[in-house]
Amino acid sequence: MSVLAHVFEAAGIATIVLSSVREMAVKTAPPRALHCEFPLGRPLGRPGDPEFQHDVLARAFALLDAPVGPVLVDHPVAVESDAEQVSCTLPPRFEPGLAPAVDEAKGIRRAYDRVATRRGVTSVGRVINADGVPAAVASLVEIAEGADWRTAELPGGNTTALCHDIRSYYEEAALDLVTGPLPGPRALEDWFFERTETGRVVLAARDAIRKSGAKSPVWFYMAPATRSS
Amino acid sequence: MNGDQAMRAHSSTLPGPSFDSPAFVRPRPLAESTIAIVTSAALHTPDDAAFTGGDTGYRLIDRARRDLILGHWSPNFDRSAYAMDLNVVYPIDRLEELAAAGVIGAVAPRHVSFAGNQPDDVSTLRFDSGPAAAAALRADGVDVVLLTPV
Repeated sequence: MSVLAHVFEAAGIATIVLSSVREMAVKTAPPRALHCEFPLGRPLGRPGDPEFQHDVLARAFALLDAPVGPVLVDHPVAVESDAEQVSCTLPPRFEPGLAPAVDEAKGIRRAYDRVATRRGVTSVGRVINADGVPAAVASLVEIAEGADWRTAELPGGNTTALCHDIRSYYEEAALDLVTGPLPGPRALEDWFFERTETGRVVLAARDAIRKSGAKSPVWFYMAPATRSS
Repeated sequence: MNGDQAMRAHSSTLPGPSFDSPAFVRPRPLAESTIAIVTSAALHTPDDAAFTGGDTGYRLIDRARRDLILGHWSPNFDRSAYAMDLNVVYPIDRLEELAAAGVIGAVAPRHVSFAGNQPDDVSTLRFDSGPAAAAALRADGVDVVLLTPV
């Protein structure tokens, strides 16, 4: 972001960076930066809170008044990253013959569809769409249970993209399943990896691929760096 | 250490290029300025080319579009907030409100999206795709850009 700020400024456009890593803003010294100690992925701080978002913008635009740069100002509010656990009810088992994770993935389909309809867009689709999720989860179950990932014919052939689609499918469906306030930062990540069958399968499959001696790009990005099975 | 603390600790060790004699533009008054958003969230429309891993290019986003996919490849940040409210990454509705209230001059007709996960030397961004995106915004009469990271 800071590099782009310098590039745009050189082209004659004034820039304001909403900084998320303070050390980087100091190091690269963009012309104007408002450092926001907000959860990563939430540069305006709080979803569904126009008043807070406007506060961030007002402080950002105020930096345009500075006569010289670089300017680095901190937003006074730090939004905590620690998540309150969400209340998110999963459907009961429906087809006992299926692996629990596959059954679960099928069970949340209607919730996913409702959210996709409401938003008019979905982030599922990098290598599979929603129809492909149960079969993809089934492939990961096989790998977690000992099948060789090289011959498992994972849909799309890219573990990072595949796990992105599976997790997005779950996190989007969750928006229809949660009760109470909007999920906090990383609350749905915690929910997916710690409380769903499929989240646990993703971590187990990742662990199995790692132990098979695969190079790190094959397994590392299947889940956040801080997650382990 | 939670996920954000881990990513911030990691990111703070990454190399950052230095800029000699950096430019500093004094913009016209905010109420007369045209504002564009430039994000590193790899946003794109469903009909546009998806971002590949290591994509050094950019996508232009029409002001009216809200059906935007968060195409960033990293699993290490919270994506759920964007699914709840795109303004938390791409505050386009807030800009429209500010323009309607006369706080800013205008919302730019097109906005820009890059992928935040770039090669360490960021040379394409710096010397090719970045200047090309800036030229596109200049052609639209943009005075100020707000850069939003994920």
